[in-house]
Parts: sequence; C-alpha cells; structure tokens
Amino acid sequence: MESRTQRHRIVRAIAALALGIALAVPATARASGQITIAAAADLDGALHALIGRFEGQTGAEVRLVLGSSGNLTVQIEHGAPFDLFFSADVAHAAKLERENLIVPGSLVRYAVGRLVVYVPKDSSLDFGKRGLAALADPSVRRIAIANPRFAPYGQAAVAALRHANLYESLEPRLVLGEDVSQTTQFVVSGNAQAALTALSLMFAPATRSRGRYWVVPQSDYPPIEQAAVIVGRSREKSLAHKFLEFIGTKEGRAIFQRYGFATPEKRQ
Amino acid sequence: MNWQALELTLRLSCLTAAILIVLALPVAYWVAYSRRRWKFLVQALASLPLVMPPTVLGFYVLVAFGSSSPLGRLWQHWTGHTLAFTFAGLVVGSVFYSFPFAVQPLVNSFLAIDPKLIDASRVLGASRLATFFRVILPLSASGVATAIALTFAHTFGEFGVVLMVGGDIPGVTRTISIDVFDQVQAGNYAAANVTSLVLLAVSFLILAAIYAWNRRAWPRAPWA
Repeated sequence: MESRTQRHRIVRAIAALALGIALAVPATARASGQITIAAAADLDGALHALIGRFEGQTGAEVRLVLGSSGNLTVQIEHGAPFDLFFSADVAHAAKLERENLIVPGSLVRYAVGRLVVYVPKDSSLDFGKRGLAALADPSVRRIAIANPRFAPYGQAAVAALRHANLYESLEPRLVLGEDVSQTTQFVVSGNAQAALTALSLMFAPATRSRGRYWVVPQSDYPPIEQAAVIVGRSREKSLAHKFLEFIGTKEGRAIFQRYGFATPEKRQ
Repeated sequence: MNWQALELTLRLSCLTAAILIVLALPVAYWVAYSRRRWKFLVQALASLPLVMPPTVLGFYVLVAFGSSSPLGRLWQHWTGHTLAFTFAGLVVGSVFYSFPFAVQPLVNSFLAIDPKLIDASRVLGASRLATFFRVILPLSASGVATAIALTFAHTFGEFGVVLMVGGDIPGVTRTISIDVFDQVQAGNYAAANVTSLVLLAVSFLILAAIYAWNRRAWPRAPWA
C-alpha cells in the first residue's frame, strides 16, 4: 500500500513538472522572442558580439548559423527556418530578392569586408615590401582561398591575385576552403603556408596567436559589399527588423568597425 | 559532367579497397581466431570508424599530419608537403574510414567456416599459413568479395573526410561528392543533377556486378 501511494506521489510530481515545463517553455519563448540568423562565416566574431548586446538589451534569444553565402542561400531557397540572412556579398542577397523569398525592401548593405593575407607567425614573408608578390616565394607551397565558385571572399582573392598578375603562376598551389573559416583554419592547423581570407576573422584569439596578417590594398579587388535580408518565411519579422535596426545604430556600426569592416557608402 | 572527378574517385576507391583487403586479412584472421583476453579492445578499435564522425577523422589528419606535429614534420621531411591537400592524404583518410567495412565481413565469413575443416588441414600436416591460403581463404571468397564491395562503395561515397582535408583541388582531391557539393552551393542544380545521376548509376552497376560475382561464388564452396 505504502509503495503504491509513493508511486502515486512520484507520478503526480512528474506530471506537475511536465505541466510546468510545458507552460513555462512557450511562455518564455513568446515573451521575448527568438530568431535564427544565417550568416556568412566572415561574420563569426562581429555577429557574436552584436548578438550579445542585442540579447542583453531586448531579452530576445538569437541563434546563429554560420556557413558560406552560397550554401546558406541554397538552404533558404529550400525553406530553411532562418529569420535573417547576412550574406558576404550583395549578389546572394539580391538573388533571394529576385526569387521573392525575402521581405520586400528589407535588403540592406551593412558592411564592406576587407581581404587579408594570413600567414603563420614564424613566416618570413615580407608583404609590406613586396605586396602579394611575396606569395610567389617557394616556401609557400599551399595558399588557401575560399572557393570562388560560391564564396565572395574567394572571388575577391582571385581578383586580387589576377590584379597582381600572380593567378596563373600560383594557381597550382591554391587549395580551396568551403568558407573563410575553413580557409583560415588551413593555416592555423599548419597545412597551408598562407591564406587569403577575411580581415574580420583576424581578431579571434586562436587566429591571432598562431599567425599575422597583411591587409590587401582595397584597390586590388572589387569591394566586398555585404548585404542582409529578412527571410520572407520568418515568423518573427518584427524582431528580425529590430535586429537590422540595431546593427545600423552607432553602437552596431562601432562593433562592425572593431572587426575590421568598413561602413558602406550611402546610395539608393 | 565532371569526368575528371569521377576518374579520381574511382582511382581513390580502387586503391583504398586494394590496400584495405591486404591490411584487413591478417587483422580479421586474428580477430576471428585469437583467444587473447584483450581481443575485445582490438575489436573495439577496429570498429571505431563506424561510430566516429568523419569530421573527427578529418580533424586528426589535419592536426596529426600538419606542420605543427612531429609526425607531420617527419612526413613533410620525406615528401616535401603536408598530407592534407594531397591524393595520398585522401587515401590515408579513406583507409582509416573504411577499415571496419573490410574487417567485419571477413571475420564473419572466417567464423562461418566449419572448424573441423581447419582442424583436418592441420592434422594432415599443413602449416597455419598453408591452411589459411588453401582452406580458409577459398572458403571465404564471398566474405572477401563483400569486403571489397563495401570498402569500395564506402570510399566512393565518402564526403566528410575529403571536405575537411582535401582542399578541393581539381584532379587531385576534388572527388565526385565534393563536386556535387560545390555545384549545389553554387546553385547549379542542373549540373549537380547530372553528376548525381551518373554517380547513382555507376555505384549501382559496380555493386550489382560485385554481388553478381558474389552469388556465383557461393556454390563453389566445397560443402555445398
């Protein structure tokens, strides 16, 4: 008998707990909202910082999914549950706009990325003196770039190499990363001797401690203008809009600048 | 259709299957017949790639053979470059990744052999080695065929390890699965479709051929 009442008590306790969770979870989620941001890999540090501030100010919960702009675009085309998309270029965002997959008029140019050459700390290459031509040194056996077939920074890297008349001679040494994160990682793990990657990733502790970088002159490649859109299927459009507004504030711009992004010129 | 990627993938799969059958035969023999108490440890180790994500394997290949590790420096000293971004790197990764697919079918078919036949061979004076090659191996033809088929197929469709250590170099590390991935990311669905269909057809034909051969191998067994 006693074990039976005990069992009843346990069952009741579990039921109460389950009910509590069932009531509590949607309540908290609904109270402050939750959005998922899909972003190009070069935004890793900057968006984490922005999201931290935004969550602190609004109490909303923001999830971040990082990848290459091309891959994220394909995912959105196939109904991925993202609320916002931060591309590393304008083209992918504009493609979604043409396909009517975004909230009309939500496309904003939020930053301009910069290309850098990243080399291991002990590398003796002197970019300050020789510029990109330093990459022709025979000690550089592998140069990592993001895949130019779909990664904007990869396209910028190819343009910069072509501008320096190095592309033909260096092409056999190129290895392709899926996005700028993997491209950078190839140098961090000691498998490539140089990478053409995003300035914004140079502020992460792991990158900083393992290597040094040189900023490729902006005149060597078309500017990496980056655009963001609110995904048409989003169920949290107002919160997504709030986030876009936040990145346009002084505070938001300051964070982008801290991660090496330039502010895009105003235009219509 | 990227024929270069297909040719590369076929070469990788054939080489991996060939290396694995040589490596797996002694391991499978030992696992099947050893009575060591710590055999379970070897079994667990041999099956590890079944459970381990390809990313873990890729990570180890990158780090263990990168220029910051002693092993990587040794490799670099011999070959002049790191293992990542080379065809050899893909072969090493694939051999680890497909190892259980070679060992397991062999162990199963070794264990299915009537022990009396092995005993008879030994009693009649044949050495262990002769018994292996003249009794055990011929009776395990279907196991060998299955091991080859599975390692080949598993390597043919490999993706994660290659994505992590390959560097996507045309003709060297851009396998067919990576090519499909690239085309999808670039939004070229038509090209991805063609490649995928060819991949599907080739995989099916190869597997069907091997299983057809395998079917003929069964009645050849002497006890049938």
